[in-house]
Amino acid sequence: MTSTDENKKYLLTGNEACAEAAIQAGCRFYYGYPITPQNEILTHMAIRMPQVGGTSIQVESELAAINMVHGSAAAGARTMTSSSSPGISLKQEGISYLAGSELPCVIVNIQRGGPGLGDISPSQADYFQAVKGGGHGDYHTIVLAPSSVQETADLVYDAFDLADRYRNPVMILGDAQLGQMMESVVFNKKCEPDSFKKEWALTGATGRKRNIIKSFYPVQGELEEFNAKLQEKYSLIKSKEVRYEEINTEDADIVVVAYGTCARICKEILMKNKIPNIKIGLLRPITLWPYPSQVIQEIAGKVQAILTVEMSAGQMVEDVRLSVSGRCPVYFYGRTGGGIPSPKDIIRKIIEIIPVKEKATCAT
Amino acid sequence: MSEKVILAGLGGQGMMLLGRLIAQAVMLEGKNVTFFPSYGTEVRGGTAYYHLTVSDEEIFSPVIEEADALIMMNFPSYLKFKDLLKPNSMLFVNSSMIDKIDNEKNIDVFRIPATKIANDIGNVVASNMVMLGAYNQVKNLVSIPIFLSCLKNVLKGRKEPFFEVNKLAIERGADFIKNF
Repeated sequence: MTSTDENKKYLLTGNEACAEAAIQAGCRFYYGYPITPQNEILTHMAIRMPQVGGTSIQVESELAAINMVHGSAAAGARTMTSSSSPGISLKQEGISYLAGSELPCVIVNIQRGGPGLGDISPSQADYFQAVKGGGHGDYHTIVLAPSSVQETADLVYDAFDLADRYRNPVMILGDAQLGQMMESVVFNKKCEPDSFKKEWALTGATGRKRNIIKSFYPVQGELEEFNAKLQEKYSLIKSKEVRYEEINTEDADIVVVAYGTCARICKEILMKNKIPNIKIGLLRPITLWPYPSQVIQEIAGKVQAILTVEMSAGQMVEDVRLSVSGRCPVYFYGRTGGGIPSPKDIIRKIIEIIPVKEKATCAT
Repeated sequence: MSEKVILAGLGGQGMMLLGRLIAQAVMLEGKNVTFFPSYGTEVRGGTAYYHLTVSDEEIFSPVIEEADALIMMNFPSYLKFKDLLKPNSMLFVNSSMIDKIDNEKNIDVFRIPATKIANDIGNVVASNMVMLGAYNQVKNLVSIPIFLSCLKNVLKGRKEPFFEVNKLAIERGADFIKNF
């Protein structure tokens, strides 16, 4: 691939689409260290960046990558790094510093099985790490979870805009399946990186007062003031940027909450009407932070039960329970260590839940 | 219209290339396609496998649980995937490398001596294209002219001379089924 035509369809892996969309979105500085299953991002960047006058460096470590992102972001450029679970763990200190310095950037995590070195199969077990901070301090990254190759490309464009708009790191949370599978994709989103004025950036202080980028506030009270400002920003993001997809949730008996790859698998059950006697809805969070708590709360008042499906031992289900606040029972089905839930298993789980719930209704 | 195919073979038998080219060709014809390859810790001599789903409608799970067809290039691949065939589905085997088949589900079995046919026309590497010719003669999934134009894009430079033998291999595969 040497350039993209906006009306043309390309057959690409999720990883390649992610990298190409970043280039289309104006990202010109990419730093990465190889790790399966996201290496196609690194190789695509290595081929494409020189063609567009950008910089792609295969660095010596994950720490180097995230801190080079820090430098490029401070200078006002659109910048990105990518890795998979173990590598993202290594980047956490840097992500905390980026959040603390309010630097816009995009971090891609194509999750694989864990803990430790784990395996290279698909997983969603980095949810806690992604949405609850990950590094130290009171901070959040905006977390976007695509579920197809096209959506990966679309969300990468949005990730750069969101990062610049809020001066905040944005994470794309995919998984090995999404990164490795090929689907058709078009790159037709308009992107205007220059529409975001970066007056805070370190561009040389000639003719203006110097700018300072830092996350260090040693004077008593200063840090608390800064944290208050951050929290205000997070509240604004929560009020404006929640995204989700809702299917058949009106008059559903049970609503499944799932994101990314798991959401696709659950969609198959819904759309192909695999359990004719039970009305199933789907709520697919697209932003994992900010989380679509409000809509889940509303759904909880109308359904018999909610089922959360994840490729983890149960992480997002905690946010579902917080949103539901006891309004209806919340069940969980998950696979770990590279296991992918199959539609059959999920159907079995749903059939197990619904009769139980009916008995309970009769009893009260 | 929806077709779920699993392609598998020994690493090097060209299933990745075949699957990717089919995916590209059907995409150009306006169909939805999802191609999910195995990756990573495969070993030399191990099974390389690919899940290919083609549909007029939105494709949900890229992982195939029940296949409409299997294209199997060697015996270990066949053993690994035979249970995923659903009733009334089709099995395409490279009979040069797979001789024993149990057919409990009463599926349509097409035994194609792909390695032999490819060898006979001068390039054993084209056995994947023989299988495509045979498969497509039965299923008519992809337009062969579009497929060939996709193949041409891959066979550039020093690989260009291989185009003709690949094209011939597809024809021979189709001919084999016509006389089946």
